[in-house]
Amino acid sequence: MNVFAVAMIGVLVTMLLALVRAFLGPTVFDRVLAANMFGTKTVLLIAVSGFLTGRPEWLDLALLYALMNFIGMIALLRFSRFANLASDEQLK
Amino acid sequence: MEMAREAAVWLCLVMGSVFCMIGGLGILRMPDFYTRTHAASITDTLGATLILVGLGLHSGLNLITVKLFFVLTLLYITSPTAAHALVKAAYAKGLDAPHVEDETYTSKAAAEDGEGAD
Repeated sequence: MNVFAVAMIGVLVTMLLALVRAFLGPTVFDRVLAANMFGTKTVLLIAVSGFLTGRPEWLDLALLYALMNFIGMIALLRFSRFANLASDEQLK
Repeated sequence: MEMAREAAVWLCLVMGSVFCMIGGLGILRMPDFYTRTHAASITDTLGATLILVGLGLHSGLNLITVKLFFVLTLLYITSPTAAHALVKAAYAKGLDAPHVEDETYTSKAAAEDGEGAD
């Protein structure tokens, strides 16, 4: 069995477990944590699947996903705190 | 030499997947939010590092390795920042950790209570 397939199965199982926590999660922070972990594992999944299919150029997509994951999580945290993405509450 | 490199790739990728799955199990099974954060961070550091290093060993030294290095550096910068922001937001919101027994505090409080009783 190809080693990349093994790593891909491991990452997919991890993503499934994170999804279960995202659906169960009692607080919003549990869900955000699980979503963040899911995004990080997406980066790994794209990288590994690029090697599996013999097209490592997909790493550019992985780089983009890593950036978007970070920005999305910070935006979600701001929204959950202020219920508004452009609040000036911090300035007061 | 080729054999040793192949074995190193196998070792890195399999260990990385195992650490990722341990983290996934932790995020599902841990009792409260702060311990779940601890479980999730192992997949961001050890799991991601081992998997990306394994891919880099497989590709050799070329542009792919540089891209892998960029991905790893980006993960190293953003993942602790995200974890810090998340836990800080939860703490500011007043989320407590009911399953964690703060032993230093309870023993100190018990000692003070004992002194007060005397």
